[in-house]
Amino acid sequence: MALADKDRIFTNLYGFQPWNLKEAMARGAWDGTKDILAKGKEAIIEEMKASGLRGRGGAGFPTGLKWSFMPKQAPLDQNGNPKPSFLVINADESEPGSCKDREIMRHDPHLLFEGALVAGFAMGARAAYIYIRGEYIREAEVLFAAREEAYAAGLLGKNACGSGYDFDVFVHRGAGAYICGEETAMIESLEGKKGQPRLKPPFPAGAGLYGCPTTVNNVESIAVAPTIMRRGAAWFSSFGNENNRGTKLFQISGHVDKPCVVEEEMSISFRELIEKHCGGIRGGWDNLLAVIPGGSSVPLVPAKDIIDCAMDYDGLKAVGSGLGTAAIIVMDKSTDIVRAISRISYFYKHESCGQCTPCREGTGWMWRVMERLRTGNASVEEIDMLFQVTKQVEGHTICALGDAAAWPIQGLIRHFRPELERRIAEHMPEAAE
Amino acid sequence: MADRYIEPDTPELRARWGNFAWTPENADKAKDVLSRYPEGRQRSAVMPLLDLAQRQVGAEENTQGWLPIPVMEYVAAYLDMPIIRVVEVATFYTMYNIAPIGRFHVQVCGTTPCMLRGSDDIISACKKRGMKAGHITADGLWSFTEVECMGNCASAPMVQINDDNYEDLNVENFDKVLDALARGETPKAGTQDPNRHTVEPTGGPTTLTAMVSENHDYRGEW
Amino acid sequence: MPKVKVDGVELEVPAGATVLQACELAGKEIPRFCYHERLSIAGNCRMCLVEVKPGPPKPQASCALPAAEGQEIRTDSEMVKKAREGVMEFLLINHPLDCPICDQGGECDLQDQSVAYGRGGSRYDENKRAVTSKNMGPLIKTTMTRCIHCTRCVRFSEEIAGVDEIGAIYRGENMQITTYLEKAATHEMSANVIDLCPVGALTSRPYAFEARPWELKKTLGIDVSDATGANIRIDSRGREVLRVLPRINDDVNEEWISDKARYQVDGLTKRRLDKPFLRKDGKLVPVSWQEAFSAIATLNPGNSIAAVAGDMVDCETMFAAKKLLGALGSSLLEGRQTGMDYDCSSLAAVNFNSGFNGIETADAILIVGSQVRTEAPLVNVRLRKAVKRGAKVFLVGPAWETTFGGEFLGEDLSVLNQLPQHVWDALSGAKRPAVIVGGAGLGRGGLEASLSIAGQLKLVRELEDGSTWNGFNVLHLSAARMGGLMLGYAQKGGIADLAAAAPKVVLALGADEVDFTKFANSMVVYIGHHGDKGAHAADVVLPAAAYTEKNGTYVNTEGRVQLSDKAVFAPGDAREDWTILRAMADAFGVSVGFDSFEELRAAMAAEVPALGVEGLADYGQDLPAGGGSASGVIAYPIKDFYLTNPIARASAVMQQCSAELLHGEEIAEAAE
Repeated sequence: MALADKDRIFTNLYGFQPWNLKEAMARGAWDGTKDILAKGKEAIIEEMKASGLRGRGGAGFPTGLKWSFMPKQAPLDQNGNPKPSFLVINADESEPGSCKDREIMRHDPHLLFEGALVAGFAMGARAAYIYIRGEYIREAEVLFAAREEAYAAGLLGKNACGSGYDFDVFVHRGAGAYICGEETAMIESLEGKKGQPRLKPPFPAGAGLYGCPTTVNNVESIAVAPTIMRRGAAWFSSFGNENNRGTKLFQISGHVDKPCVVEEEMSISFRELIEKHCGGIRGGWDNLLAVIPGGSSVPLVPAKDIIDCAMDYDGLKAVGSGLGTAAIIVMDKSTDIVRAISRISYFYKHESCGQCTPCREGTGWMWRVMERLRTGNASVEEIDMLFQVTKQVEGHTICALGDAAAWPIQGLIRHFRPELERRIAEHMPEAAE
Repeated sequence: MADRYIEPDTPELRARWGNFAWTPENADKAKDVLSRYPEGRQRSAVMPLLDLAQRQVGAEENTQGWLPIPVMEYVAAYLDMPIIRVVEVATFYTMYNIAPIGRFHVQVCGTTPCMLRGSDDIISACKKRGMKAGHITADGLWSFTEVECMGNCASAPMVQINDDNYEDLNVENFDKVLDALARGETPKAGTQDPNRHTVEPTGGPTTLTAMVSENHDYRGEW
Repeated sequence: MPKVKVDGVELEVPAGATVLQACELAGKEIPRFCYHERLSIAGNCRMCLVEVKPGPPKPQASCALPAAEGQEIRTDSEMVKKAREGVMEFLLINHPLDCPICDQGGECDLQDQSVAYGRGGSRYDENKRAVTSKNMGPLIKTTMTRCIHCTRCVRFSEEIAGVDEIGAIYRGENMQITTYLEKAATHEMSANVIDLCPVGALTSRPYAFEARPWELKKTLGIDVSDATGANIRIDSRGREVLRVLPRINDDVNEEWISDKARYQVDGLTKRRLDKPFLRKDGKLVPVSWQEAFSAIATLNPGNSIAAVAGDMVDCETMFAAKKLLGALGSSLLEGRQTGMDYDCSSLAAVNFNSGFNGIETADAILIVGSQVRTEAPLVNVRLRKAVKRGAKVFLVGPAWETTFGGEFLGEDLSVLNQLPQHVWDALSGAKRPAVIVGGAGLGRGGLEASLSIAGQLKLVRELEDGSTWNGFNVLHLSAARMGGLMLGYAQKGGIADLAAAAPKVVLALGADEVDFTKFANSMVVYIGHHGDKGAHAADVVLPAAAYTEKNGTYVNTEGRVQLSDKAVFAPGDAREDWTILRAMADAFGVSVGFDSFEELRAAMAAEVPALGVEGLADYGQDLPAGGGSASGVIAYPIKDFYLTNPIARASAVMQQCSAELLHGEEIAEAAE
């Protein structure tokens, strides 16, 4: 069970070859796009549903199903004219540990633009906006240039690919706010406002960008679509376990010998992934302490639970965590685990938009307690209090950032409570002196 | 990690920046930016235009650029939007510098994935050169910010200096980068690991090896 | 009409209702901070969380969730209790424990709700956040450490006032509410954010440390600073009015009042006339009531007496004066102090017929000679709502900074004679077209030309739903105007008719805007409360009561009859106006037919029945045809919003607003 290179979608993942249109087409991008569109909206959506592709941005919502939520009949505006629909592509990759969309955008941007056309066509969108995080400066430059190429070649714009369908793609740069990765915050930001998530309902499919029907998809979800359409749902769904189909970009960072980004089959075991591509755990498997398997938002998993875990939605759920963006942060036994999580708490405090109470106030509180737990300058009761505070944040906020801030701490307390207590116990005599 | 504050609006600031206007080149760029958004939605352009304005200020000052209050007012007037909404945007997003900045803005990622791979050492190396948050070194060269995850986790630790990323850092190669910048050179961006191209496993890819030497088309193998 | 269950009780709620509204209909109190009926839904405080099935297994923000058929809502479950305690705790961790020195104390939502829903103790051991306070001008005092970031003030200024001047800058726990560069809030409704602020972050600067709410007597009153008749609550302690707050009246002021209505009241204790004066050798000297009366009576004017009503007098005063003049054989009554002489034979032609609620629904509006923002800030709010719903607005008159866009057609009234085609198309194509004629648009043929337009556009029409629409509106500036017109305070030639009659005695009922040089040979008897222009020109000054010091009936520019109650006693020897006029009748030896306030009111209601019934007076829907041509450059009457009447001119707060906000003077920050 090993993914062959021929079944990899992002063949220029490492950028050994140029990203430009000519080379990208030679690799198979924009191959028969017109024929794909000719299949019709329904057929494309059905194919995507059948492929089993689940959103690659972290939540794992079935992509084809999401596309189908766009209204078949365009709602009317104040003057009785039909509103346009929009596709917004989430390239605001900011989840600590995640660094996959960057590789797509800087090394294979044409797969993304082609996907934008296919997806946009399937959902009847008038245009797509690619919202790329501001810090991806060079990556945005590639996108702007690749867009020019695609327009010049007639692949985008009026009568895109000769399909008779008019479709525009625009690139919009963010400016430093993790929260804009939340779909409604992204829409707010695109409208020129602070990136503060909206209340739902209404959902973007009903009223999103400029009040028009909008679907927000992750870069990877969109960029794999053309290849799925070319090779068929059956091909894509032949990888991975039931409910967890396809290939996936994994990003392994932290204490492995060779951190990397790699496209692999879903449901590959943690051990296989690390052994095959990362040269193993630094200091050997016995030196593994814990893993954050899906980006900073998901709870950590202790070594013993993760080693033979299937890296997919269900497998990681079973060990109390999640696949998220498949951003795997590996920590060996040299890690100050409390500090590692506290640093994540700081991240959420820094990135809280400040809109709603539990997150605005709770993220700062949690981080401050975490910092004291790091040095042991706390009481044992405060561990329980902190846990309660995370519960007071979780599920009480407008968007999922509150949950994301709570889960890593909950994971830490669940799995490393003795370590926390040890630090407190050691600190007490120190403090007494 | 420091809190950000807007540079106070002073007569000197007004005198220096009160007449800010797009350069002819940027005026064209601004128009192009506006054309990306539907009619009546020009407010969407506030973020790219603030970035453009910051870069223009930077070009004038030979720094990374920042946003003096009169410049924000210029952008607000350009987009016919209330100035307070522009200030909200400029203070919300961390990439807008709302106070003066040095020639090079050294943004060290300190979030967990980078921390695990030694960002502490990189930060110490910065401090050694007198860099600290919210401060420009005496020679005007360096400003420093510890930033949150920059999305280069598989080539951590990393810094972003103005528009370029430097990845796979250690104190030694990081010092080389800084020295080169200080000398006015343009060091190679991206990974500083000689055995690595981008984010493949160091020493050579475990997959897609055919791509290393040629633009391989895998379609024939489907 | 979805059916929902709230805490096990089934009820039907109106379509479009939120879960929060459903809970309220079921009689359940839902705590909230950010939610406000008149602002957009923010959903950010998270205090209104309830449990809703079907739905995700977590509490839902009831303010933002639509009520739907079959929902089971719990407000009393453990989940809800925990959620409220949690949110409450978060709100309090960074809120200072300075309630003893906070002016919000006693009327603080945070205080009240933490008692009701909080967990009763703090577990927060870290340092509290401190936030620097922001300057927001002379009216709004800020203590931003207390801010809980509900953004009501931001939403008010953006949505209601239409002046984007308050924002939330920075982000996360560093988010701060501020005006741009801490400039003063400058619109006419700015202080409403004080009422909206659920905590003590924004409090009233002039009222700072004056009183605790439980010390105050609360009296229901009507504002007289303009002709909208805002419903107010007068808070007083002893003989002093300490503050004025809006009362809710959806038909009139909704929940707002202008800054002038709110803050002119410190003028009630300054420059007051508290004893009678008589001009002797060119100087006003204090005299007894008796001496003052006999000075007037010995003149024995007979029917050579006239009365001019000021802008803020109540109907009872005007009626009493009318009766007095009638008993003497005179009907020389006028209220339009500055000399306007528009035709008042039809009250429908000088009334705001669509009503304030109605104007919100208009879809095309032509404004003739009104700077609505300063002349009637509350109507301005309605216009903004109309525009938000899609109304087109055109204005005739010098351009001013509107809060609702609109197109200015020219400064001269002559535009009315030939409206531009696109304006005419917009108005004639509208379902609910409206014309608003302001004070500056009434004269020089403006009213007649507007009536002519009204006729051509058929502003009076039956709507699809069968109701009658009358889009012809006159927007007056003075609180006394419509009442005065109902009582006949209008001569054909205006005040010029009075001057021509050269009366021996002129009763100036709080009339301060009259050109008294035209009455150089008359004895001017000023009956009023402030030593302002009228008193200076008077030969006899009789101290009377201000609007907070008497019961009174007022009719707003919509023809809405409203009653105001007496909050405090007039100072010194001052008396309620009607008693002065009643006593004067005795001095003249005539009978006015009433001996008590109740008798006066009964007599007034008998003569003008509409004044005896609270609510809209019926002037009919027939508008005169109008016609003729209008010409002349419009000049708006209000030069200084903050200083339009004697009370405001006496008010230190209004003077400061005028100096700081209108004339840009830098006032040194008071040390705090």
